[in-house]
Amino acid sequence: MLNESDIAALWISVRLALITTLILLLFGTPLAWWLAHSRGRVKIIIEAIVSLPLVLPPTVLGFYLLLLLGAQGPIGGLFISLGGDAPVFRFSGLVIGSVLYSLPFVVQPLRDSFAMQSPRLLEAAATLHASPLDRFFSIAMPLARHGFLTASVLGFAHTIGEFGVVLMIGGNIPGQTQVLSIAIYDHVESLEYAQAHWLAGGLLLLSFAMLLGVYSVNQHLKPGRRA
Amino acid sequence: MSLQLRYRLQRGDFALDVDFKLPASGISALFGPSGCGKTTCLRCIAGLEKPQQGLFKLGEQCWQDSARSHFIPAHQRAVGYVFQDAALFPHLNVEANLRYGYKRLRNKSAQIKPGMIIELLGLSALLMRSVENLSGGERQRVAIGRALLANPDLLLMDEPLSALDASSKADIMPCLEQLHRELSIPVLYVSHAADEVARLADHIVLLERGKLQAQGSTHEIFTRLDLALAQEPDASAIIEARVESHEDEFALTRLVFNGQHISLPTLALDEGHSVRIIIHARDVSLALEHNRNSSILNILSAEVIAISELNAAQILVQLETGGQKLLSRITRKSASALKITPGQRLYAQVKSVSLL
Repeated sequence: MLNESDIAALWISVRLALITTLILLLFGTPLAWWLAHSRGRVKIIIEAIVSLPLVLPPTVLGFYLLLLLGAQGPIGGLFISLGGDAPVFRFSGLVIGSVLYSLPFVVQPLRDSFAMQSPRLLEAAATLHASPLDRFFSIAMPLARHGFLTASVLGFAHTIGEFGVVLMIGGNIPGQTQVLSIAIYDHVESLEYAQAHWLAGGLLLLSFAMLLGVYSVNQHLKPGRRA
Repeated sequence: MSLQLRYRLQRGDFALDVDFKLPASGISALFGPSGCGKTTCLRCIAGLEKPQQGLFKLGEQCWQDSARSHFIPAHQRAVGYVFQDAALFPHLNVEANLRYGYKRLRNKSAQIKPGMIIELLGLSALLMRSVENLSGGERQRVAIGRALLANPDLLLMDEPLSALDASSKADIMPCLEQLHRELSIPVLYVSHAADEVARLADHIVLLERGKLQAQGSTHEIFTRLDLALAQEPDASAIIEARVESHEDEFALTRLVFNGQHISLPTLALDEGHSVRIIIHARDVSLALEHNRNSSILNILSAEVIAISELNAAQILVQLETGGQKLLSRITRKSASALKITPGQRLYAQVKSVSLL
């Protein structure tokens, strides 16, 4: 069964995924809205940057984050000058890395569901005295609910499953920055296959269940034909 | 009160360049072929488009004046907009759709309240329904109700009937007429269907290729010989009349307008009720004398105002009778035999009349 450090790793993974998903929904939503409604060169550049984590080896991202967030790096230095600690090898570093790494998994489904909406509905809301912000919350968000569900689950699951970035900037410190995926790796390295099975199998089932949930709810929530 | 607008806007090949003033009462139709700029004009008025140069005034309110960079955004304009495809919010039920604009009114002493609109448009049975499974006519009724509940000072309707089948149209027309009678909100109605305009509009603005071609009262525009409407095979005149009496023996209703009488099969309307009738140019023949030995019931004394040649065989005669205009399409041969000339007094024999 799971030992104490496995449970700690599980808890860190879940906490990391929750916080990352929350941050991404908060900042990814306006970004996705902007991407869905603008044109031009700046949009293309931002879109490419958002998609970078899809193609980059996680170690590349992890390497640069290590440099940036370390005590000698510009961002790490900033943290220190503000009276904090450099985020590398800490939970906060994991969060920063995960947010960047899972960004496309949250932004893309949101962007797609905003782009799919008929501009007519927002115009109708405008002629019904709804301000731009009101239109976003009363029309665009509820109509993008399937996009929000997909984005949350993909963001969460992808963060749970990441390995390279968290290894590079977290440093695999049990109880602090050791996440589930790295714990599995450690078990396998030390030939503790039974332990590895518990974690790996559990993760497999959990991921499958989450995706199954998303797809079945989405089929249910099919965006209205006229939406 | 009047409505004044001036818009200049360039969109690729299309240019809108209009400048006109309308009475801000009753139903005014923006009429013209597809692509003439009717909808763009309406979108500018609602604030959904921002024309490079624009001026819009409704009575004392100024919604745009580009000369002093004044532009009130759509959500702050007291406007109601009915889209061609209804544009109902799919995640809200009928009642929530209806109340969307009403809820957002700042002035809580709104004149138009949900109860009266629900009754007026016959929506009470639909309130809890999802908008996804409404019929086309029902959707459009909800859209009209939703726009009215925003308590607009001006109601804009963009071809609200064009996506509907004939029976849904027949369903909605009376609603629109009733709204017209019971609410004093001026309406701008975009359409390319002459029959809708003939029935509903008091005033017509004729647009073509982004430019104003003519404007005037509905009867005037329909019967102007220099405009396209009179050249159509269905060219017709619209006459406002009032029910004078019923002739039960023959199942007829007698209408009167300015001393002229017209009979038609019994209408279920009270005496004094005003009606709008349509008389097609092809159904009007001309005679120099009042022929009492004819089966034609409706013979109006008229004066020839103008004549225009339609083709080698036919001419169109514009007449005035009882202060209203009438069109008659006759052969050139008959015209020459009767020596039809402007100013001539004669008799218009009307073969058929229908109620709008």
